[in-house]
Amino acid sequence: MAEDKKELSGEDKARLKAEFEKEWRKELRKTLPPKERMKIARQKMPERPADERNRDFNEVNQGLTPELAQEEARRCLDCANPQCVTGCPVCIDIPCFVKLVEKGDFLQAAWKIKETNSLPAICGRVCPQETQCEEVCTLKKAGGTPVAIGNLERFVSDYERWSGSVKIPPLPPPSRKKVAVIGAGPAGLTVAGDLAKLGHTVTVFEALHESGGVLIYGIPEFRLPKAILKAEVDYLRRLGVEIRTSFVVGLTATIDDLRAEGYQAFFIASGAGLPNFMKIPGENLVGVYSANEYLTRVNLMRAYDFPAHDTPVMKAKTAAVIGGGNVAMDSVRTAKRLGAGRAVIVYRRSRVEMPARIEEVHHAEQEGIEFQLLTTPLRYFGDEHGRVRAMECQKMGLGEPDASGRRRPVPIEGSEYTMEVDLVVCAIGQSPNPLIPQTTPGLKMGKWGNVEVDWATMATNLPGVYAGGDIVRGGATVILAMGDARIAAAQMDKYLRR
Amino acid sequence: MPKILTRQRLVPNLHLIEVHAPEVAKKCRPGQFVIIMPDEKGERIPLSLADWDVERGSVTSVFLVVGTTTRKLTALNPGDEVPVFVGPLGRPSEIAQFGTVVLAAGCFGIGALWPVARALKAAGNRVVALLDAKADYLFYWKDRYRSVCDKVLFSSRDHAVAPTKDFIPNPLVDVLKAEEPVSRVISVGCTYLMYASSQATKPLGIKTIVSLNPIMVDGTGMCGACRCTAAGKTKFACVDGPDFDGHQVDWDELFMRRKAYFDDEIRSLCHWEELELP
Repeated sequence: MAEDKKELSGEDKARLKAEFEKEWRKELRKTLPPKERMKIARQKMPERPADERNRDFNEVNQGLTPELAQEEARRCLDCANPQCVTGCPVCIDIPCFVKLVEKGDFLQAAWKIKETNSLPAICGRVCPQETQCEEVCTLKKAGGTPVAIGNLERFVSDYERWSGSVKIPPLPPPSRKKVAVIGAGPAGLTVAGDLAKLGHTVTVFEALHESGGVLIYGIPEFRLPKAILKAEVDYLRRLGVEIRTSFVVGLTATIDDLRAEGYQAFFIASGAGLPNFMKIPGENLVGVYSANEYLTRVNLMRAYDFPAHDTPVMKAKTAAVIGGGNVAMDSVRTAKRLGAGRAVIVYRRSRVEMPARIEEVHHAEQEGIEFQLLTTPLRYFGDEHGRVRAMECQKMGLGEPDASGRRRPVPIEGSEYTMEVDLVVCAIGQSPNPLIPQTTPGLKMGKWGNVEVDWATMATNLPGVYAGGDIVRGGATVILAMGDARIAAAQMDKYLRR
Repeated sequence: MPKILTRQRLVPNLHLIEVHAPEVAKKCRPGQFVIIMPDEKGERIPLSLADWDVERGSVTSVFLVVGTTTRKLTALNPGDEVPVFVGPLGRPSEIAQFGTVVLAAGCFGIGALWPVARALKAAGNRVVALLDAKADYLFYWKDRYRSVCDKVLFSSRDHAVAPTKDFIPNPLVDVLKAEEPVSRVISVGCTYLMYASSQATKPLGIKTIVSLNPIMVDGTGMCGACRCTAAGKTKFACVDGPDFDGHQVDWDELFMRRKAYFDDEIRSLCHWEELELP
């Protein structure tokens, strides 16, 4: 696995230094001494009241006001050796954009981010900043709370969109090279944007009927409104990217077919579209969903608006969501919004091992989600119609750390109990989708059905074929997928111009 | 968006739809399916391939009118567009020289099995088709079947064309006995027909392939809505199938999962009728 926190390249360091030494930055640093800056408290993101928002699908976070954003930006010490950038998989010049916010130059700040990140309104909402840029923030190291970099990123990209000032950068002369990107998720869209900006002709092939991948089918409206995603995708279209939806590479055409049509480079970003199940009795009962299906019905197919939209989704008195990651939080909060009296997270480890973002766990708690921790389902029971009606659970203890470094859950004998549930969502992870591997002869695969790449270049063993995101990682985050994509795009550009 | 070239009622409640989708047409193989969504607010449903024409760039399916989506499809006319027509999906049917193959088809399956019949004949098999319907006026594509099959038989409660006055499975057992030795049976149609065919062939030890029709959403293995059990293992019909060995399928589970949204389907249809019908 590639390192998530990395040494900056010489090029990146030079870029940061040039900006750091600009006159306006020097002047701005002088306006307030670091000691004073450190006294300012972290500004809180306004959010809708929990008992109001848990009944609809509108966005929970309301975004910073310009005043809050500027106050937050004043907290940044504008370090000479900024650690935050090393925590960012796409190397955004964070101090520069934050200082532009402080200065009140919100549009310039947005454009600064867009130099290295084509989808900031999305990243500002769904990135786990607390384990990336914000984790290594100097303020945090000094024992305080880090600068709210993610909230600021969200603020400036929203500001740009609302002001109608979305800028298309000047594009170089066309290279006349054709690139095929497989999958319109975070990795695919990022590669598409980067390569279009370098003058290549990019076509993105997407199996579903809307762009976004997990951003459209997985992440709910209350966390990432579809209008935001649409605006980011429209931006890519304006860069010249063509998106062909309802096109399943592997079935509608194989990579070899596309090569014969004149595509010279490929980026496989088909994602982790294969849900895992626990293989326990009763898992195929009616009312037991994979998180992928449950969320796809509600998000992509708009089942929350049934019957105005035709796709239904089951409603529950008690919904149990198995798992402790972000997908589990999205599922359980969705079940609550669809009217579940009780919406319960069932997770086999304890709170500290939960992979979900802290913010998501907090939001879930505020919205009335129950947590049954150190608990695992053993089997499901159905009624006479085959609909799930109960689940048998077992309590777990924690043993020695396993390969992931987290303490291994150990079943406690005799602790079994039965809980009445009429909806179960299994959110225990996904595996790489097998369609491309199955239909691309010679493509080298790893143990878990993932595509193997050289981490330095994201190249597969096939000439001109690159890969990134969850098809390589198995099931990671949006921003790691985008980090892979940035590396791949630079390498693909070199390959195309060789 | 893909355009409708033809939409025609074949027999009461069974319609044919031909869609302009040249890229899909180029790749179609017998036994595969497409996913269609009739309008922007519609549901994605799978339809088995019934034919395709690479030169015309078209793909044809036959469907039974059951719920909102299929009602919406019957309201489409040539020139109309659908927002989703994606495929071909699923694994193609196994086509080889088996010997004598008996096809047991009913309902939309008469359309779906036609490309299989054609391919089996081309592969050098003796192909016997048993078409099944409630009544004689519900048969269609008889001439198509006659053009590639060595024998075409019918079972229904009428007797104008059908000799049997009975439904599958009994007529199927008769055919299997008359045509001995039969190397394989392929059954496509409603779940009951496929279940009954598989039950009938099991004691005779004749390998029987069925094309499963569970509820699907994406059709590419992403959601798992279509999971079914074959030989004791959970499979995704969209990427592991749709063809399975009928003797290995957990039919009770399939029947149960197909009914999962029964109440919602009625509610959806009532909603649609209120909006659309005068």
